Amino acid sequence: MKKVIEASDAVAEAVKLCRVEVCPMYPITPSTHIPERISEFVANGEMNAQIIDVESEHSAASAFIGVVASGSRAFTATSSQGLALMYEILPIISGMRLPGVMAVANRALSAPINIWNDHSDAVSARDQGWIQLYAESSQESLDSIIQGYKISENKNVFMPLMVCFDGFSLTHVFEPVDIPEQKKVDSFLPKFKPLHWLDVKKPMSFGPIGFPDSFMHFKRQQQEAMENSINVIKKANSAFKKSFGRSYGSGLLDLYRMQDAEYAVVAMGTACGTARVAIDVLRKKGKKVGLARVRSLRPFPEKELQSAIKGIRAVAVIDRHISLGQEGPLFTDVRNAIYCNDIPINSYIAGLGGRDITVKHFEKVFTDLEKGKQKGEWLF
Amino acid sequence: MAEKKKKFEQGAVVTEPGSSRKCKTGDWRTFRPVIDQGKCIKCYQCWQVCPDAAIRVDEKTGVVSIDYDYCKGCLICVKQCPVKAIAKEVENK
Amino acid sequence: MALLEIRLHGRGGQGAVTSSQVLAIAAFKDGKYSQAFPNFGVERTGAPVESYVRIDEKPVTLRQHVYDPDCIIVLDSSLIDAVDVTKGLQKNGMVIVNTDKSANDLKKLKGFKVYTINITKIALDVIGKPFVNIAALGAFCALSRQVSLKALDRAIDELFASRGKAAIAELNKKAAKAVYEAAK
Repeated sequence: MKKVIEASDAVAEAVKLCRVEVCPMYPITPSTHIPERISEFVANGEMNAQIIDVESEHSAASAFIGVVASGSRAFTATSSQGLALMYEILPIISGMRLPGVMAVANRALSAPINIWNDHSDAVSARDQGWIQLYAESSQESLDSIIQGYKISENKNVFMPLMVCFDGFSLTHVFEPVDIPEQKKVDSFLPKFKPLHWLDVKKPMSFGPIGFPDSFMHFKRQQQEAMENSINVIKKANSAFKKSFGRSYGSGLLDLYRMQDAEYAVVAMGTACGTARVAIDVLRKKGKKVGLARVRSLRPFPEKELQSAIKGIRAVAVIDRHISLGQEGPLFTDVRNAIYCNDIPINSYIAGLGGRDITVKHFEKVFTDLEKGKQKGEWLF
Repeated sequence: MAEKKKKFEQGAVVTEPGSSRKCKTGDWRTFRPVIDQGKCIKCYQCWQVCPDAAIRVDEKTGVVSIDYDYCKGCLICVKQCPVKAIAKEVENK
Repeated sequence: MALLEIRLHGRGGQGAVTSSQVLAIAAFKDGKYSQAFPNFGVERTGAPVESYVRIDEKPVTLRQHVYDPDCIIVLDSSLIDAVDVTKGLQKNGMVIVNTDKSANDLKKLKGFKVYTINITKIALDVIGKPFVNIAALGAFCALSRQVSLKALDRAIDELFASRGKAAIAELNKKAAKAVYEAAK
């Protein structure tokens, strides 16, 4: 059923459709509407789930461990400082190989205090063993939650997954969203089958110490799981298309007008929607420009990006976060990936703390590339 | 698109006191509290409860007035007044 | 039809955000694509607020703020003195103002297609309360001809009636129709 709703509503609908069993949540702007909507579903009897009112995001993430360890499907949502407070638990969830999905409504990290969108919260948590998908639209936010459980709960993966979608620029935007039928979701996403789970009839220990002789082995398993997830994400994306008629590029990388492009922009999230408009405008003027939208930051689609960039004259990367003292982390990843392509690549920092990213910004970036400008800048 | 960096104080520190005075919050009001001086018994309970310190007391006369530059129209004073000397009026915008 | 951008001006609590939401739903019911979003600020009762709607024949992927709208809807005419309501408005852009004054009286809006309607009066007559946010959309339907009154009715039903507020939906539909007739 198609309806005009917020991305927050869309995410909540997806959580309901995925038959999530337990949601430990601690609301924080701009993710607040998600727990609100899920609470309504549960209160109205539309969703058979347990909501745990926790006292902090740290507790929400901790409860997430308990839920998945006991063999149930878990969901939580947060933003910004909320995700930062979960930070201690993030690598524990992934290290214990507990699958599940968290929605991150991307918001800047303070200080100065700022409630608006950028990617600093999720991107700075990219190394903690969570698969990270960045959505561009409300529809993709919903679809990514459903795909997310499918990917995360795959036996070759068993890693937790974040669906990152832009705070305010999506969470509070109403637009048409196709809400899939429950039947279809049920056949796409079977019941969660944990490898191990806590059961009084069959006692087990979760979360023991890993001494130096074993720790690295466990980490290598996690890295292998992440590598495995590349194909699993692709398969989930194409299976999703078969069931629901929608897909997002390859699942990891989404290309727009790249086939004959000479200049390309690489970005994530809602800025890509605006980039598409800018590209259409420039194409009408005869400029051969395109977009490579990174949907999966972790795992990073290195090989795919290499082939997407083949034949391109110059690339610009738009980061909505900066690794202070270095550069935009997406830029670092993209430069690493296309190192062998040996083409100019510029780094642009934009859209921090809710600063608007506009069509004009993209026009400027493409002009820079065309003129052979060798250095990016901060886009105000 | 380049922006001057000068005006941004390091760490977003506000280096001068009293800057909140510049933020006049009077235009937030939907309703306006109005004191009937004839009824006022100068108990100063309104002065005590006002969350915005927008109730003024004249040091010489002890007369109570409302600083409409900062009064947000929360009407706690109306509720608190023991002699109903403060009325609630619709703000004319 | 090219992309149509609308900016609504209201005061916090007046329902400008709900209004933009209803308009986006209505446009969608008419077979168009739409997008509605508030100005993401610090909301508080009585303060000037803005919300935006985009309507297009094709999916709306543009995510930047609305800078040069085609149409402005002013729910509270006192805002004309408080904020620059025609900022960025296209040259032949349309302004719909809820006021008891005539277009000629609104000197600040000179040079634009200004339509004045006393929506507050209609709302008071029909609803019994000064709820102008949904009623004002009747004027947009009549003047822009981009969204039908029927679709607006269905949008109002979707938002209110489906949430057990059928009586509110009916009153708003009536008020929107009255404003539509007055604006025609």
